[in-house]
Amino acid sequence: MNLGYYPGCALHGSSNDYEQSLRACLGALGVTLAEIDDWICCGATSAHSLNHKLAIALPARNLALAGRQGLGEMFAPCPMCSMQLLRASQAMAADHRLREEMSAIVEAEVPSGPRVLNLIQVFQRVGLDTLKAAVKAPLKDLKPACYYGCLLVRPPVVVDFDDAEQPQSMEAIATALGAKPVEWGSKTECCGAGMTMAKAETVLELSGRILASAVARGANCLVVACPMCHVNLDMKQAEAARRLNTKFDLPVYYLSDLVGMALGLSAGELGVDRHFVVAGGAN
Amino acid sequence: MSRIGVFVCWCGENIARTVDVQQVVDAIGEVPGVRCAGHYKYMCSDPGQAMIRDKIAAEKLHGVVVASCSPHMHLKTFRRAVNAAGLNPYLLEMANIREQCSWVHHDRPLATAKAIELIKLSVAKVRHDRKLDPIRVPVTRRALVIGGGVAGIQAALDIADSGYEVVLVEREPSIGGKMAGLSETFPTLDCSQCILTPRMVEAGQHPRIRLYTYSEVESVDGFIGNFKATIRQKARYVDMTKCTGCGECAKVCPLKRNLSEFDYGMGMRPAIYTPFPQAVPARPVIDKNVCAKIIRNGCGLCEKKCAPGAINFKDTDRMVEEQVGAIVVATGYKLYSIGREQNSDKLRGYGEYGYGKYKDVIDSLQFERLVSASGPTNGELKRPSDGKIPQKVVFISCVGSRDNAKGMQYCSKICCMYTAKHTMLYKHKVHSGEAHVFYMDIRSGGKGYDEFVRRAIEQDGAKYYRGRVSKVTEENGKLIVRGADTLAGIPVTIEADLVVLASAMRPSDGAAELAQKLNVGYDENGFLSESHPKLRPVETNAAGVFVCGACQAPKDIPESVAQASAAASKVAITFAASELTREPEIAHINEQTCAACFACVRTCPYHAVEKAEIRARNGALIKHTARVNPGLCMGCGTCVAVCPSKSADIEGFSEEEIYSMVEALA
Amino acid sequence: METTSGAEPVTSQIESLSGSHLAECYQCGKCTAGCPVAARMDIPPTRLIRLLQLGDSESALRSNSIWQCVSCQTCTTRCPKSVDCAGVLDALRQIAFERGSLPPAEQRTVLFQKAFLDNIRRHGRLNEIELIAAFKGAVFFRDRNLGFLFRDGGLAPQLARRHKLHLVGEQAKDRGVVARIFARATDGGAR
Repeated sequence: MNLGYYPGCALHGSSNDYEQSLRACLGALGVTLAEIDDWICCGATSAHSLNHKLAIALPARNLALAGRQGLGEMFAPCPMCSMQLLRASQAMAADHRLREEMSAIVEAEVPSGPRVLNLIQVFQRVGLDTLKAAVKAPLKDLKPACYYGCLLVRPPVVVDFDDAEQPQSMEAIATALGAKPVEWGSKTECCGAGMTMAKAETVLELSGRILASAVARGANCLVVACPMCHVNLDMKQAEAARRLNTKFDLPVYYLSDLVGMALGLSAGELGVDRHFVVAGGAN
Repeated sequence: MSRIGVFVCWCGENIARTVDVQQVVDAIGEVPGVRCAGHYKYMCSDPGQAMIRDKIAAEKLHGVVVASCSPHMHLKTFRRAVNAAGLNPYLLEMANIREQCSWVHHDRPLATAKAIELIKLSVAKVRHDRKLDPIRVPVTRRALVIGGGVAGIQAALDIADSGYEVVLVEREPSIGGKMAGLSETFPTLDCSQCILTPRMVEAGQHPRIRLYTYSEVESVDGFIGNFKATIRQKARYVDMTKCTGCGECAKVCPLKRNLSEFDYGMGMRPAIYTPFPQAVPARPVIDKNVCAKIIRNGCGLCEKKCAPGAINFKDTDRMVEEQVGAIVVATGYKLYSIGREQNSDKLRGYGEYGYGKYKDVIDSLQFERLVSASGPTNGELKRPSDGKIPQKVVFISCVGSRDNAKGMQYCSKICCMYTAKHTMLYKHKVHSGEAHVFYMDIRSGGKGYDEFVRRAIEQDGAKYYRGRVSKVTEENGKLIVRGADTLAGIPVTIEADLVVLASAMRPSDGAAELAQKLNVGYDENGFLSESHPKLRPVETNAAGVFVCGACQAPKDIPESVAQASAAASKVAITFAASELTREPEIAHINEQTCAACFACVRTCPYHAVEKAEIRARNGALIKHTARVNPGLCMGCGTCVAVCPSKSADIEGFSEEEIYSMVEALA
Repeated sequence: METTSGAEPVTSQIESLSGSHLAECYQCGKCTAGCPVAARMDIPPTRLIRLLQLGDSESALRSNSIWQCVSCQTCTTRCPKSVDCAGVLDALRQIAFERGSLPPAEQRTVLFQKAFLDNIRRHGRLNEIELIAAFKGAVFFRDRNLGFLFRDGGLAPQLARRHKLHLVGEQAKDRGVVARIFARATDGGAR
């Protein structure tokens, strides 16, 4: 399977462990990624908070580049990117004058495709049965709390993925890999998103709540499919715990880590050894 | 016809202000065929009518035109007046020079000219009018009531007490409907079963009520006064003539743990069961989906235990035909399903409330069963997860109602009242408990209703928060309810032991399919359509079919009972004479010219055209033809429009009449 | 507070930016109930929309709420009237930023967003070190708060150890088009 690939700024920045993980894992599954040539930032929170036109133009530029490359589908591992791309795409599909305006602004024809996939959807494409058959080391010791965060499932009218309130797509994959996901109530609660630098207090409070909820349900790790969530729950875990006068010791895996580990890839190959919180003590 | 009388009304100032009545009378007097033209200030008044009658006699008129208001107002008035003077009432035409002239125009000369034209049209038409007689249709004076809840029971009793036989069909094994499962009712806190069961028994024993339970209406043919209903009696596997209702079978049945439908899953029942102790009839049925004997020829313990030998595993569904003259639909409601499974793409349930995920999140009917004295926990409010008595209960209003995005747009009307009731029932049982209600508005418009809600708040100590709940999660054995109070402008979080969701009222399953069988309309929400929301709330546009209760719209018990009695009175009106009269302005087919293409049969929205054969006396077939059933035809004219041989026509609105009106204008 | 009953220009602008018809909000409070940071807001979301309905956009634009918001989209997802509440807050932020009317306590958040966009405008892709430096610098310039300047400083070596620190960030090849996109989107005025 060959997919267009839009890494986004985080995966080429401090969340490069996510890219390492997904490249190793998808490589092992025979999925090739065609990176979009000269992609630019999607605008993230800043664009949609400060400038409406920019919030559509920046994703539109990337859709146009993908179109130029003849890509019918693109994989965006960061849900902020995928949500922004989907939102821009939808807005232009509903208003052809907007599409014309954006095509002029971004100096390229913005097509009506391509489809945008998140990490979970990529694994669904590979197929649960295929994944199951490829498992070499079932994850029987893992009791993950599958954490979706916000933008994988919200707003449903834009992302149209799984169920916005009680999603199960990650649990299905985790189960196919031999893990025993726990049912819990905070799977779609916000971790604080991009406020890590600007509003650290908010992130610590929200992420702390999520980690505590997972621990209370007997989870021994968290699984995410978003680089921002990973930073807030992994890099900031110790500080969040200190703030609540407790310890969490919950490794936070990317979903591609889970798949990769089940396929027999090592922590080094997947970049799991670069996380802040690892199983069995601090890293 | 050349002796036509024209009567122009002033309607006070309504017409005369814009139309020069005298000028109209003068102009019309010149039209050929008009014998006399007069005017009066209020044509519909007694002197006005007397004027018409006198002129008919004095001038020996062949036809009458009244130029006044819309026929919707006084057509019947003038027809009666004309009839009283000895002229056939269908030799009368009305020209609407009010709604269609003086009320919509300002220019006096132009309006006057238009009024004259309109009257000329009516003069042209009345010239071609024929004498018509009302159609008489025989009436079978028996009624069918579909649905045995409180509305159906009330309607059946009223009709039966009026002296007519009633066939009462109920889908469940017992009548009683939703009300039989309620604990206490607002605003009196009467025990629901205590006030209902006497009615149920009366209905079950009434000499004029034939009760079919565990049965459904399969099909209905015919028309008002002459319906034929086919009823499917589902197999009970219990012979009702032998069964004594002793209940020994249920005691020995080994399959004890099936979710009880009557308890909405809050309790269990065996495979052979009577839904509740006060059931009417108090006889069991066997659930063929779980019974071991029926599925794989095992068990059979009940059969062995039954002394009168009433168990019959060879039972089958039976079809019964009943002839009736009127039908009352009282199929009631169900609650909006809060979980993910829905019967429409537009509905998505409320995953955020955790219904189905957390055992202690229940809906309002389930709560009723838990607090009901004869319920699965004998009236002790034991929560489903661990049987503990909850100390903090949160009630959430408007779940599924007033929600354009994920639920029903409308307000379900009863939830504010029963939620207040629930808080009171809870506090009466658990004195130290806390009842919290999240609401958007309080709708308590009935008699004593607002006082009831205030009592819940002021005397029983229920805490009310004005705001919706966003999410319910479970942490450390407690249900965390995240709501808001918009009056204070703050989020409000409550840790509850039990959460009760006031789910929207929707029509019962199968209501739409039943409506189609009866030619009754229904709206986008599946509620059956009444003829007129204000003036004809229990009639439908299908003659002889009436509605009452929650199948028409969300409503409470007093309204359902009132509507049921109203429907019964409509049935009594239908049965008042041994024959029904219908307006004769219906279609008829010229059977000589009919080519039997049957386009009319296919297009008639009332299924009023039949295929018929014309045979010679010796039985030989001469030709096929279409034939209009005068009992069903509503005179819509669709057949006239589609008939390729011009064989179909409408009495009183014939093609000849219409063309003559057009020519009168030219 | 003076209320106006007619359609106020700011409210119309918000409606067109968010694609929502504010009269549809019936103030049920579900947005406030589900907002993870409602307790930190001076004016919770329900009230923000109510103020707009009453014609008082000024109070809404000056609230800290719009900058406390984390754009989690919970409000929009759960609204029973399909009002895009998150979109309304986006619109309020965009207008507040355009006017420069920002509550002092929220300057930091705005500075961060602004620094982020400046960074993108120059490089096409995010340069994290430069962003942190620019952000911290801008905040220090305003507050002279050394504590904030050096907060999380200890993370740098930890990130470096994990090969997550990129001293020189990536850039888009065609940065000219990025600059032009920004220029067009901000109507010719760089911000």
